[in-house]
Amino acid sequence: MKYWVLVALAFCGNAFPQNVKIGELNSYKVFPAFLEPYKKGMELALAEVNAGGRIKLELVVRDDGGTPGDAVRVAEELISREKVNLLMGTFASNVGLAVSNLANQRKILFLASEPLTDKIVWESGNRYTFRLRPSTYMQTAMLVPEAARLKKKRWAIVYPNYEYGQSATASFKKLLLRAQPDVEFVAEQAPALGKIDAGAVVQALADAKPDAIFSSLFAADLQKFVREGNTRGLFRNTVVFNLLAGEPEYLDPLKDETPEGWWVTGYPWNELNTPEHRRFREAYQKRWQDYPRLGSVVGYTAVHAAAEAVRKAKSADTEKLVETLKGLEMRTPFGPIVWRAVDHQSTMGAYVGRLARRDGKGVMVNWRFADGADFLPTLEEVKGLRKE
Amino acid sequence: MSYSSVLIQFLNGLASASSLFLVAAGLSLIFGVSRIVNFAHGSLYMLGMYLAVWLSARIGFWAAVPIAALGVALLGLLIETLVLRRVYRAPELLQLLATFALVLIVRDFALWAWGPEDMLGPRAPGFAGAVQIAGVPFPQYDLLLILLGPLVFALLQLLLRKTRWGILVRAATEDREMAGALGVNQRWLFSGVFALGAALAGLGGALAIPREPASLDIDLSIISDAFVVVVVGGLGSIPGALLAALLIGEIKAFCIGLGYSKATLVVEFIVMAAVLILRPRGLLGRPQPAQRGTTGVEPPLPQPRWRVFAVLALLLALVPLAAGEYTLVLLTDILVFALFAASLHFIMGPGGLASFGHAAYFGLGAYAAALLLLRAQLPMEAALALAPLAAAAGALVIGWFCVRLSGVYHAMLTLAFAQIAWSVAFQWDTVTGGSNGMVGVWPAAWLASKAAYYLTALLLCALTVFLLWRALHAPFGYALRATRDSPLRAEAIGIDVRAQQWRAIVAAGFAAGLAGALHAFSKGSISPEALSVPRSVDALVMVLLGGVQTLSGPLWGAALFTWLEDAASRNIDYWRAALGAAILFLVLTRWRFSR
Repeated sequence: MKYWVLVALAFCGNAFPQNVKIGELNSYKVFPAFLEPYKKGMELALAEVNAGGRIKLELVVRDDGGTPGDAVRVAEELISREKVNLLMGTFASNVGLAVSNLANQRKILFLASEPLTDKIVWESGNRYTFRLRPSTYMQTAMLVPEAARLKKKRWAIVYPNYEYGQSATASFKKLLLRAQPDVEFVAEQAPALGKIDAGAVVQALADAKPDAIFSSLFAADLQKFVREGNTRGLFRNTVVFNLLAGEPEYLDPLKDETPEGWWVTGYPWNELNTPEHRRFREAYQKRWQDYPRLGSVVGYTAVHAAAEAVRKAKSADTEKLVETLKGLEMRTPFGPIVWRAVDHQSTMGAYVGRLARRDGKGVMVNWRFADGADFLPTLEEVKGLRKE
Repeated sequence: MSYSSVLIQFLNGLASASSLFLVAAGLSLIFGVSRIVNFAHGSLYMLGMYLAVWLSARIGFWAAVPIAALGVALLGLLIETLVLRRVYRAPELLQLLATFALVLIVRDFALWAWGPEDMLGPRAPGFAGAVQIAGVPFPQYDLLLILLGPLVFALLQLLLRKTRWGILVRAATEDREMAGALGVNQRWLFSGVFALGAALAGLGGALAIPREPASLDIDLSIISDAFVVVVVGGLGSIPGALLAALLIGEIKAFCIGLGYSKATLVVEFIVMAAVLILRPRGLLGRPQPAQRGTTGVEPPLPQPRWRVFAVLALLLALVPLAAGEYTLVLLTDILVFALFAASLHFIMGPGGLASFGHAAYFGLGAYAAALLLLRAQLPMEAALALAPLAAAAGALVIGWFCVRLSGVYHAMLTLAFAQIAWSVAFQWDTVTGGSNGMVGVWPAAWLASKAAYYLTALLLCALTVFLLWRALHAPFGYALRATRDSPLRAEAIGIDVRAQQWRAIVAAGFAAGLAGALHAFSKGSISPEALSVPRSVDALVMVLLGGVQTLSGPLWGAALFTWLEDAASRNIDYWRAALGAAILFLVLTRWRFSR
């Protein structure tokens, strides 16, 4: 008897579309290059989910002003005035951590789509926060096998002086030393974010006569570094590994300056022809008459993740969503991913390849997919980091 | 470092110095004549970059540079005649507010016109490669820049020394009223100088595109560099700007060359603080001539309408009965910023001490609260009570140095200290959590509900504002205003001017620290942004928006600014521009909140 009631209830649940309200907050005005494609990706996913009929998704999009204080206020507004079922978004790590901290306090699900900081799932991780993108640690780890294989001895490092650059550098040193104990780090340059004095930095790196360079520069800093390095011949006899430089957001502005042969993590959007990605790319281009950037994939996947969780949980209740997301498996344009139960990190991967110039544009060549699941520390290590 | 790399780093420093000089020279020129602290100078530089990149693709780099500079000059002329001309005679620092509004508008304009992606310009044709210097490749374009800086300097000197127009400009720099009395048409002089300054900013931007991409946040990053150069060199002094640009360019290049790249985060502000402490008017600055007649004597400060404010506080205390949670969150923010603005007003209005670094005290209070709670494991109530004392202690140190300076130099020294405090919070990972800051700064259980926290904030803010205002109408306040109105006479009747100002700064620091601590507990987290330049600028805008010589104005300014930001960012795509336009409207119509 009980069984039949349950079945009947389940049918009722399916008969009416489940209403879900997502509160999305992001620094649209501070990082527009990444976040405008992100927004387009979200809207594409929203249309797809709503066309499916089983769930009625509503997106409430807010600008978080790019500062933790404003972001927390905006999140409060989404929670108490808009009554959203879950929060999503944020870009900079400090904003992401502040909102994650609020989500834990207010007991609401937070899908951190963009922030890269390792802390959001490890040291500062909490029950209500889940993160989509491969973290700084994961992406750094993806570059290490190649770096170790080259058997270069003298490494120089350059990174933007804030948490992302610092933790990329620390992880890289640790992982490379483990793989190749005789390695030597001969120079370290940490210019302020967005304010690199590229000429002086390039000269200082050249002075150290490194065999290879590990860089985590991006955006304007990367462009300045590349141009000065090209002019001053820094890259002629030096192998360079650069985190994120293959992402269209950062690669496209380099145009004919694109340095050949750099090892990077990124997203080869035009060459990636798996069925799931081709379907995504065609839908995206049809809707926006523009090619997808990495931000597009992240926004698209984040909305689908929320929809998938609601579908599986058959509810928009926070606690049920949290339990459903733990270990949730889903498909993305980059292939299947799992939201790990142990640290709430998705196993979304990235592409590792080399840069090349084609028709005055930068592209990624000889790339391979690096599955996020293969580049995470052991479960014991992670459990030790999380303080729950 | 080998000899060759010392030489190359020296040349690198020269190249950066040249481009720094171009943008700083224009700023210094404009300040010298019109006394306008042109916040929008960085925006003009940014427009120069965008215009040059955009034009280069069409007419080539070398044609694009002069046209971009000219275009920016025309825009400068437009800004001067349509906006600034209307506020020259306005009291206070209203011009500053007007130029800040322009920053917001220009940034959104650039986003609308050129899109969000960074635009890397072409290499300069003819100067694309490198030459070998001491066996090291060095960019030809950097050599060209090294020559261009001094060339522009020489041309400017020629213009200012040898032409009639230049002589008039120098006369106006030295004594604007006298020049006016002698029949110099100030309108055209001011317009011309502003256009020339804008042209220099545009030229600087256009010449920078082979070295760095045009991006949307270049405006604020270049303006702080330019301010530092202008102040270190001495306001209004073109040779001083050249010298300061050289000093800062070389120090930065050698910081990097010697492996202290992390220091570049703050080194220019350390240089500025050192220079200002040793030479209060910059390297080559001259004493500013006394201004006659432009600002007028401030009327005595009226007593606030205590009863009105008591009723207002009572009404605010009743809000939780009727309003939803979010209203309380927003009102808590408004209360915190109202207290912050009131504390800045305390030294800026009655004290006459403008500050560009008031966020230092706000941030000190916030960080002290977080550290006491998380690291010292104190109860939240104790952390909240002790945090303002930490901010006051900070004010004790910073104030001691700052009261030795006046005017813009004073304001810039406060900025330098705020930046130094910011960089400490930013770098000291093990204690402050570095760039990420700290999370988990929540209030005690009995204050966890929004209503309880709101009422506490209301009580503390109202009480502190009451005490500040009470002090202003006590002998303390009369003495403070005396130091503003006439330091000489104040000294003569036995007021220790510096000590009086110092006390005021410490009191203001205490109040700002309380605002910071309340802010930290209302957000649950804290990061270096609480100490950053934009936070200081926000406070300045709130005070100026409300009217610096009114008592309650800053409170209304804070409420309006916070509410506008909240409402506009939710409903309008280009909300920065909308906010800028609203501020500009208020400035041009001389809006004043009631006393």
